[in-house]
Amino acid sequence: MAVQAHETVDLSGAMVLAPTSPADWLVIAPVAIPLVFGAVLLIFRHETRLQAGIAIAGLIATLAGNVLLLSHILDHGPAVMTMGRWLPPFGISFAADILGASLALVATLVALVCAFYSTADIGMIGRRYGFYPFLLLMMAGVGGSFLTGDIFNLYVWFEVFLISSFGLLVLGSEHRQLDGATKYAILNLVGTTFFLTATALLYGAFGTLNMADIARKADSVREAAPLTTLSVFFLLAFAMKAAAFPVNFWLPASYHTPRIVTAALFGGVLTKVGVYALLRVLVMLFPPERALLSGVIAWVAAATMIVGIMGALSQTDLRRVLGFVVISSVGIMLAGLALGTGEGLAGTVFYAFHSMIVMAALYLLAGIMNGLGGSYSLHTLSGLYARHPLIAAFALVLILASAGLPPASGLWPKVMLVRASLDAGQGWLAFAILATGFLTTLALGRVFILAIWRQRDDQALLETASPFHGYLTLAILTVPVLFMGLYPQPVIDIAERAAGGILDASSYIGTVFPEGALP
Amino acid sequence: MEAILAVTVGIFFAVAIYLMLSRHIIRILLGVSIFGNAVNLTIFTSGRVVREVPPIIPVDLDVPAGVTANPLPQALILTAIVISFSFFAFLLVLAFRTYQELGTDDTDGLRVAEPEGEELPPLGY
Repeated sequence: MAVQAHETVDLSGAMVLAPTSPADWLVIAPVAIPLVFGAVLLIFRHETRLQAGIAIAGLIATLAGNVLLLSHILDHGPAVMTMGRWLPPFGISFAADILGASLALVATLVALVCAFYSTADIGMIGRRYGFYPFLLLMMAGVGGSFLTGDIFNLYVWFEVFLISSFGLLVLGSEHRQLDGATKYAILNLVGTTFFLTATALLYGAFGTLNMADIARKADSVREAAPLTTLSVFFLLAFAMKAAAFPVNFWLPASYHTPRIVTAALFGGVLTKVGVYALLRVLVMLFPPERALLSGVIAWVAAATMIVGIMGALSQTDLRRVLGFVVISSVGIMLAGLALGTGEGLAGTVFYAFHSMIVMAALYLLAGIMNGLGGSYSLHTLSGLYARHPLIAAFALVLILASAGLPPASGLWPKVMLVRASLDAGQGWLAFAILATGFLTTLALGRVFILAIWRQRDDQALLETASPFHGYLTLAILTVPVLFMGLYPQPVIDIAERAAGGILDASSYIGTVFPEGALP
Repeated sequence: MEAILAVTVGIFFAVAIYLMLSRHIIRILLGVSIFGNAVNLTIFTSGRVVREVPPIIPVDLDVPAGVTANPLPQALILTAIVISFSFFAFLLVLAFRTYQELGTDDTDGLRVAEPEGEELPPLGY
């Protein structure tokens, strides 16, 4: 009886019957590869000599997967892979568009460079306690967050990278790490739980969690459901993740405590996942609500920029200066979200690429400066220029990039954001962006003057051997920074197409639900 | 039924936020735990709440005969419980280690990472 019923039922309406094409497997490559390598690293946990090699091989493979995925999407439009053969919205789908795939690519690049730097920075004890498995699993979570097409699945990936980041943060068990990790862990957990609350209310309103399905249904549900309240919930949850004012104080409390590689990874990658989630949810799913909230978002953006960089001005510890610079860069990205225009969002996306690379590079630079000068404090760190002029050159390029001055990468996204603000009649937001650039120049210029230019009487105390390893790392990161500064057009094109893809989600929705195969 | 659950969820949220505003880490952790349960109940309520009707389709039908319980929120809660439980376990260990090492569970006393009265950066050289 049951067998007969099975034969007569037509499954094509509910299930994917065709085998998955090889190109679609690319969609999960940026998640599956680091997961597999993370598992392998856990198996070889005691082989501390092999750890770094396996991790770097894994990240190179992930990077290759990311490059293939992005080039596939640039040529053929968004790609989708649905799990368990159930058609969306029932099966969980991974949907990669230009925004997600390009951010995943840059994040993986940063992670690869950090892994390379860590070979000299993470000792045997750090490897024994699992630095590399945590790193790979965190990148799997970050990749999953960028590529998933399902809100609840996004929550799960958030938790995956969050628990791995806890592990990285407490690696070493110093007193200040325990202190920083306690604050980081509790506040981030509260933030993601807020996200889960919003997800529950979203499910109550829509009866679906697939992002394409939500974007499709939003207009018909809008009359009956409190979507503005929902958007505020999402805004709060993701702003906490992205460290936007006034829910940002967990970041300067914790980001200066771990190993410098970990701080570089966190400062480079993790806050941008929050910004990405804000773009995805507010711009693609709830555009009218975003327009309604744009005034609030603009004030939050301006406050984040200005308060962040003021914090940087008041700090003595180099790593804490950088923690506040990370916060102010989040504010600049939120400015594009507040404007919501194509150019503003493209500026945000471009700034996210730039900020990931530059913030990671600045943290690594701080680590190298500490290695050479023996301190992170601006009181004692000095005299690096006399012995290591190359470090001064790298520092100058990165500071110019962070402040948004030519010839480095920070200039163009700021130009785009300022022009977009002026076009939208928000002159004060443009002023805030420019003022932040000026204050960043002050804050980081002072670091340059005190730590690098200032004469030092006892030159003998300085480390004399040049850190070839550190130079190589910085060189790898400075190449894209200068490239984006001198020849920005390809990156601007990608950023504009990424912004266009979330402003008009029809091709994204059309990929998840092809040829009118709607439930 | 939804009304009762909604009020319960509200009470849970209130208790959780009250506890999380405390200065002592152990009370914050209790708050976090209740917070997670409040959210799980919210997910449960956001689905269909009906009495004891399992979502089973009879052999000769393609769709359930009547209104059944919604299985999806329960699957979501299962995931959320596992995640929040593991996080709670991690936080408990972290809090215990912090208490062991720093000798306090008062958040005002946790000033190792951000020392009080830190000197300002040099103004010139």
